[in-house]
This record gives sequence, structure tokens and C-alpha cells, in this order.
Amino acid sequence: MKSTEHGNGTAHDPDLLLKAALTRRDFLTRAAVASGLALASGGVFAALYDGSGPSALPPEKTLAGLPDFSLPEFAGPKARVAIVRGPDRAQTLGRGLDALGGIGRFITKGDTVLIKVNAAFASPPSLGATSHPELVVALVAQCKQAGAGRVLITDNPIHNPESCFELAGLAEAARQSGAKILLPTENLFASVSLAGGRLIQNWPVLAKAFDGVNKVLAVAPIKDHHRAGASMILKNWYGLLGGRRSVFHQDINSIIAELSMLIRPTLCILDGTTAMLTNGPTGGSMADLAATNTMIVSTDPVAADAAGLSVLGRAPEEVPYLLAAQAMGAGTVNYQGLDPVLVEQGG
Amino acid sequence: MALRIVTARRVSQGFFFLLLVWFCVVASLGAAWYQLRGWPINWLLTLDPLPAIGTLLSTGTLTPGLWWGLAIILPTLFLGRVFCGFVCPLGALNQFTGWLARLGQGSAERIADNRYRPAQVIKYLLLVFFLASALAGSLQTGLLDPLPLIHRSVNLVLAPIFDRPFQVLATKPRFYAHAWTLAALFGAVVLLNLTVPRFFCRILCPLGALFGFMNRFTPWRIGKAKDTCGDCHLCEAHCEGGCHPSGAIRTAECVLCFNCLDVCPAKRIVFAGQPSAAGEIPLPDTTRRGLLAATAAGLLAAPAWALSGFSGPNNNPQLIRPPGSLDEDRFLARCDRCGQCMRVCPANVIHPTLTEAGIQGLWTPMLNYRLGSSGCQPNCVACGQVCPTSAIRPLSLEEKQGRGDFAAKGPVRLGTAFVDRTRCLPWAMDRPCIVCQELCPVSPKAIFTRVVFAPVRGGAGKAASVQGRTLALTGLTLPPVNLASGDYFLRPSALPTGGLAAEPVQVAAFSPAGLTLAREPSKDLGWPAPLAQGQEMQVVVRLQQPHVDPSRCIGCGLCEHECPISGLRGIRVTSENESRSRRTRMLA
Repeated sequence: MKSTEHGNGTAHDPDLLLKAALTRRDFLTRAAVASGLALASGGVFAALYDGSGPSALPPEKTLAGLPDFSLPEFAGPKARVAIVRGPDRAQTLGRGLDALGGIGRFITKGDTVLIKVNAAFASPPSLGATSHPELVVALVAQCKQAGAGRVLITDNPIHNPESCFELAGLAEAARQSGAKILLPTENLFASVSLAGGRLIQNWPVLAKAFDGVNKVLAVAPIKDHHRAGASMILKNWYGLLGGRRSVFHQDINSIIAELSMLIRPTLCILDGTTAMLTNGPTGGSMADLAATNTMIVSTDPVAADAAGLSVLGRAPEEVPYLLAAQAMGAGTVNYQGLDPVLVEQGG
Repeated sequence: MALRIVTARRVSQGFFFLLLVWFCVVASLGAAWYQLRGWPINWLLTLDPLPAIGTLLSTGTLTPGLWWGLAIILPTLFLGRVFCGFVCPLGALNQFTGWLARLGQGSAERIADNRYRPAQVIKYLLLVFFLASALAGSLQTGLLDPLPLIHRSVNLVLAPIFDRPFQVLATKPRFYAHAWTLAALFGAVVLLNLTVPRFFCRILCPLGALFGFMNRFTPWRIGKAKDTCGDCHLCEAHCEGGCHPSGAIRTAECVLCFNCLDVCPAKRIVFAGQPSAAGEIPLPDTTRRGLLAATAAGLLAAPAWALSGFSGPNNNPQLIRPPGSLDEDRFLARCDRCGQCMRVCPANVIHPTLTEAGIQGLWTPMLNYRLGSSGCQPNCVACGQVCPTSAIRPLSLEEKQGRGDFAAKGPVRLGTAFVDRTRCLPWAMDRPCIVCQELCPVSPKAIFTRVVFAPVRGGAGKAASVQGRTLALTGLTLPPVNLASGDYFLRPSALPTGGLAAEPVQVAAFSPAGLTLAREPSKDLGWPAPLAQGQEMQVVVRLQQPHVDPSRCIGCGLCEHECPISGLRGIRVTSENESRSRRTRMLA
């Protein structure tokens, strides 16, 4: 190589720039560096060698289900149901809870309570497509009265979540009552493979919303539903699913029955103060609603829905998921057999 | 110690840049203080006079809100390009990038970088082209107007990328179709500062060009107080406009950075009511020939684009514009491609076009029902409320939904949903579904169903034994379906009547012992009673097949968004019957 302008080629050069002639020392240094790089690259290749190749689907950690939030003292035939008649949600809720022994039987001091509402649509409370804010405010107040620590409200709606909670009046209800809206951000979802489930396998579920939660309250309106027959407590658990959950409509009764196994709430509040009799579950017009003046408070979600069906004037046979949920052990369709407390409330 | 003018300039640039960032952050629909409620997120866009002048030419009217442009036009007429030096957030970003790239560089290189370049005339020709095309009815200024450019770059590219791990701006990660093209332009604008400082401002910016024409008669101007000086050229080492302040200054190019005035060791450069002692070149270097060519090109471009018939018989049926959008011709006379509608849409359903609206409609808004987090929500009118140029009219909820005063007119229709019977599960695959019907937000629903009982493949068998409601069947070769799901029924076949008179009875349970029916079959149901062994039976599935009532469909796309067929949906909205156009009317 020809001499360059970089130097005279004799002195040791710490920058290892190429010279007219390498000194022995330069040569040895360069050889050492080259060997080091060769070893390092070989080491990296060896360390990351993957003889088995990629898996068919991306690997995924999956949970076996959600915790059970139901109370053992209300298990099976010990379940309790109250059906209260009246137009004022705060009052009918209060009477219903009293009939079951008061909120204190369900919520104890320091509890972290998660209320799963129906916030599916960005539509105003007057249209009855979502859980009513007055009911939520009253329920949060009851929880706080019983000494609950944090009260969270969540759902994974169909329209975009912020609009849903805001327009349905639930965000304001939370602000008013001191509860917190838990928006269904991506990081709250985890893959769940329900033990004994056929459809809920490796499916994203709003599972991390339950972190630190020890009581779950289900709050849903009573609505017509063309495909499922009716949308009440059990159908409302659809809002725990993420992903392209609409594929499950092909077997809607089975998915709802599996949801009844996935989540066992502490208490269910089924609101039939105004029921959506037609054009459900979206509604969209006051003409779809009727004043049915019924509030159902139940520890058994299947019994709650069975009682709710009578508000819609439908028979359990028209709603196969109820029988399927009963067969899976989520509760009983025969709510009459649970000796429900009936409260007639004036006004 | 008096405040140095360049310090004031830097503070002002920083303020407006932070204001831009803030307006981009708070553009999320919501009631919290860090959300849209009350914040004037369009203010910077409307300070920019180019949308006002562009739409004035294209529509002959001034849209309310755009008069804010006067707040910049007036000082420009008296002082020069204050906007470029003190306000423009993109200018500030360009200046900062250029400064960063030249840290440690010597004066000689800087002086060479900041020399006047003949290419600086390009921006004037671009401006003239854009204004001529606006005059011919097609508003294209937004492509390179720095305010729309930086708004859409921050809102549709940077914010979604940086918010993704935090989910502060949106609960679901935002998507923007073709956003990489916005990113490419933005990236190019920023990186070109490495070659020439403020490359975009000096060479491409049509808004800067507009100001360059406007400051022809400014009473106050930058210039040398005395022609003679030490010829140190330090002024040019820091000149942001490339306007040659050491000699005959090109006032049209001066961006009022005031660096020359600040660095001149002899304080010979002043901002005063007198021309530069070294002379000035008051007008851009445009030639009459160049201006004529740019005008002609602009005037011809719009009619040339129109030849494709995109706003006529060759309209793209996939192009669903946001609710309240004007008809295509008037829409393209107004849309400034600022992306505010796309940013504010809570459902993330509005996306920039690439070629869907033709080349003349690049980066204008269209609805993409697959990318959004839902279809167009019936109780939302946000896009029209933020549109600064009224390309999307500000609808009230009443008008959008066709209530109250608008009851006779009916709701705003974006298009019409069509069921694709070759893909829809109940139509093509014998699978129950009707998610579309469930989510149709119209009351009464625009999607209704008709029930059919379809024979299940491999579902023909013979009754082997009958015990009450339980039948053992032989010969079934059923696909893996859940017979007990409530959707499957059984009926006798090969009856003298063909079996069709026999009412199907729901299957309640399915086990190796056989099928258990939900009720006892009887003569009332048209079944032979008692059911004989060897009776031929058929498993049928109850399908609710969806139909669209076009007189009720508003084209909101909630059905298309939720259709479980994840690729090409089984129900899709196209623009037929959209309210915004008389010519796409579909119904007699």
C-alpha cells in the first residue's frame, strides 16, 4: 500500500488507521480486535440459535379464568332475590338491598368494588340502552356507606369508550358519587382460556380490571335482543370480552352460558324501571321503551334474568342461554323457587 | 438590560410551538380540562391567512373563523413576515433543526449555507399555482401550507406513535390509513434542514411566499443603516431567510429572525422606517413567464382533474365522507387537509385518503369502517364542529339524526349498507349471526331479518328409537356445530307433503343417546305421531337472514365495523344515497 497523508507509518497509531506498513504491534492489536469481533459474532449467533423454528401462532400466556366474587353464604339454593316495584331507582334499589339484609351483607369496610355496567352505546340515559346513571349513583352511595374503599365502574363498549361513558351519563355519575371510571385500555386485557369452556379459549378478556378487586356488582338494564332473546345481566358480560367478539354471535347461547361461568358476581341489579321492549339492544327512540317499574336485586344472575324475562313478557324457552347457564351451574331459572321477596312501593 | 429582540423572538416561537402541542393534546373529545371542552384548537390554523385567501378564491366567500387571518395579514403589511419569524410552529421546528445540525460549524460554512439560492423562487410559483387552482375551484394549498401540515403531522403521526404505550390520548390505539405518506413529507421537511437551513421555509412554503408578496410596501424593514461595513458577513452566518442582509437585501425572503441585527458587531443593521443603505430587492425573483406558466398550470389543473369524473359519474363508491360534508366539488373547494376531523373523531373512523378521492383529494377525510373503533356514532357531530373551513358543515345532533326541525328532511345519510349474500354468514354459510342487525342504531332498525330453516349438511338421518322427546338418529354426518346451541331444529322429511308442512322443533340437548327436543312433537306441528322407527329426519338450522331497508339506512357503518367477517365484510357501506349529493340518489 502506498503511503498516505495520515502519518509516516512507523509510529504506533492508537486509532489503528491504515499505514504504509503495519508495525508488529499494530498488526497484533488488529488481529486481536478482529478475533474478538469474530468470537463475539459467533457467540451471538450461537446464543440465539433457534433449532425448533417459530411456533404456528404467536406464543401467549393465558389465564384459566377470573376469581369467583360470589359469596358462599348465598350459594346454590341459598340465593336470594328481591323484586321491587316502583319508579324511583334509588328507592327501589334501597328497598331491594334492605330486603336482602342491606348492602352491608355484600360490601364490607375497605372493599374494592367493581361495578360492571352496560355502557355499550354512546347514547343518552333517556333512551334506556345503557345502565342508568341515577341507579349507579345510588349504588355507589350504598357501597360507600358500607365502607367500600375504591369503587370502580367499567365496561368494554361497542362505541368508543370515552363517548359511551360520557354520553350515557356514567362519567358524570362517577364524578358525582366518587367512583372511578376504568376505561378499557389495551393493557387491561389479558388472554383467558376458560377451564371447561369451548369458546372462551385464548381470548382477550378485560381481566386486569379485576386486579385488587374483591367485590363485583353487575348492573344492567332489561332490553329486547333479536338474536339472544333478551339482554340483561348475563348478556351484559359480553362487555368483558375484547377482540372481534362478534364471531361468538354464531353460537350466542353458548357464549353467554360460558360468560356466566367466567364471572360470578357478588350481587346483580337488574333495572326494569323502563324496559326496552322493541328495537333492542340499541333502541334509539322513546317509542322502544315502556315504564315497567321493576328493580330486581339478586345474588343469582340466572334467577335475576329469569325474573327479568317476566318484565319483557317472554318465556325462558325463548332465551336458551338461561337454561344453558343453569345447566353449567351458574344459577337457577326457577327464581320463584328461591322465595323472592316482593316489595310494592308506592309513588 | 433591555430584552434582546432575538430573545423575544425565541420566546414567541417557543410559546406558539407549545401552544400547537397543547392544542394537539387537548383535541380528544371529552369533558376534562385536558380534553376538547372549550379549547380553541383551530386558532393557530385560522391565524394562517392562506386558508382564508384560498377559500375566498375557491368559493367567493369568507368562512366564519377564518377572519382571524387578518390578525396576521395586518402586521405583515406593516412589518413583514412576523408570522415566519415569531409564530409559525413549523418554522420554529425548522429553525431549531437547522441550528442543531450546524452546532460547531464555522462562519464560512454557515455563510455559504445561508446564501440566496435561485431555487427560493419555487415557493412563489407553487403559491401562484395553488391560488390559480383555487380560483378554478380546487383548494390545494393545504398540501404544503405549514399550519395544516404540522397539525396533521403531529395529530395523525407523532401523537399516535408516542401515545401508544401510554394510552393517555385514546383508550384504543389510533390508526390512520396512509399515515406513512404524511410521515414521509414531515420527515422530509425536517431532514431537509440538514442540507439548507429552513429548507422548507425558503424554497417550498406557499404561506411564506404569500407573505413575501405582502411585505412589498412595509414601512418598516430590516436593512443596513450605512452601506459601508467591515464585510464580516456575520449577519449572513445566522440569516434564517437567506435574504442577503450584507448587501442589497431581498426583503421578500426576510423571515424577520432578527439574527443579523443581533450579531452585527458594529450594530449597523437596524429595523427602521427606511430602506437598506446597501439597497434592496423588494420583489421576488419570479419572472413574468414563470408566473404566467404557474397561473396557467393552476387554472388547467382543476379542470384536468375533473376529467376523471370523480365528482360525477365515476365517483368512488368507497369514498364515504364525514357527516355534513358538502358535495364533492364544493368539498374540494374547501377542504384544507388539516386533519382536525380525523384527530377529533372519537371513533377513529375518519382517515386521510391517498388515491380514493383522486389525486386532487389527497389527504382529505374519508370513513374507513374497518379501521375505526366503531362506525360513525349517531350521537356525535364532532368532525363538522371542528372543521375550520366548513368543508364539513357544523351539524347539530337534531340535523344529523333528522329530529325536530329536520324531521321532514330525515337523518343525514353517509351511504347505504349492502348485504353481500356471498359472504354473509346466514346467507352464504348457514351460520346464525345478525350482529349487523343488533347494532343498527336506527329506530326502527334499518336492518331487519327473515327467518328460514335451512337443512344442515349431513343432517339427514333416520329415527332409530324414540323415547319421549329423545330421538336416536342414524346416518348423521354433521359438521362440528353445537346442535344444542338453540339454533338447531329437527323436522321429519320425506312426508307426503315433502316434509315442509312439519314445523321444526328446537333441539335442546345432544348426547350420544340422541337428540332431545325442546318440546314433544305432535300432530299439531305437522309431525307424524307416533313417530315411527325409520322415519327420515332432517336437522335444520334457524337462520335470521339480514336485509337492509334502504329508506332507513343512514350508512353509519356500525354494521360493517362489527361484521364478524374480519376481511372483506359480509355487509358493506358504499356511498349510494348519501345525503350530500343529489346525483348519487338511489331510491325513486
